[in-house]
Amino acid sequence: MRRQPHWGGSWVAQSERFAGLIHLDASPLRATIANPTIEEETQTGESLDLPWQVVVHNDPVNLMTYVTMVFQRVFGYPREKAERHMLEVHRNGHSILWSGVRERAELYVQQLHGYLLLATLEKVD
Amino acid sequence: MEICRGNDELEISELDPFLAELLRQIPASTNPEGSPAAEQRLFSRPADKGEKESCAEWKLYVEPELRKFFHTATETVASDLEQLNGNERTFANRTLHIPAKHADAWLSALNQARLVIAAKYDFTEGELCDHYRSPIGSRRDLSLFQVNFYGFLQEFILREIIGCGEKRSD
Repeated sequence: MRRQPHWGGSWVAQSERFAGLIHLDASPLRATIANPTIEEETQTGESLDLPWQVVVHNDPVNLMTYVTMVFQRVFGYPREKAERHMLEVHRNGHSILWSGVRERAELYVQQLHGYLLLATLEKVD
Repeated sequence: MEICRGNDELEISELDPFLAELLRQIPASTNPEGSPAAEQRLFSRPADKGEKESCAEWKLYVEPELRKFFHTATETVASDLEQLNGNERTFANRTLHIPAKHADAWLSALNQARLVIAAKYDFTEGELCDHYRSPIGSRRDLSLFQVNFYGFLQEFILREIIGCGEKRSD
């Protein structure tokens, strides 16, 4: 099952995040108690572990030194690694900057947008 | 125009009226209003178009924060640029001091302005690399000059204040 990113952390109020998950309706509850059924768990541990990747796309307006600085600041990469990724963006049109758990990937995408870089969150197939 | 690094600031001196005016235009140039292309560039999608739910959530929760963040940077720059105000009829050169602590705000505002202008005029990569085009040919040429001038300032701030090029110690 594919989970949607929710742009969590400080951006999204917890109440908003959980609002859609809570359903209060008395009659189905009574029916459920009278005749209980066990629903299948659709969200497996495996699906949660699938990594997400942070992709940065080329933009000819952003300066190379600026992009390198952003990669150093956001990901803490040493200058050489940040430059390698910057050149990959420049030459290939995009570069995968990071992959891992969804929440952290979302945070990175938010930070990159704050620096006005073209960044997207993508699920690893 | 002369730029030098002072104590905790960047000093831009010998600013002629033309370059001073280009600097004054930074805050106004960050405004994408009236240009969907510029608006889309400043507030680009965080995921593929197919990810409708996540894109909608982003628009609702993240985009307003980004707008505030960009606006704050622009306000800081606008306040620094007040140094250039004065008797507009005199053609004397001027000096601008940019405090080192405002470097990030300047980088952001200059980047916003460059992206908005480039999106409005749909400059090609070739045009953006043409640093020798005269600014007096047309409005488009002047805007291209503006993008490159702001880029030059960004480079200088990155090198002299942020210290890009220095290796991290960790």
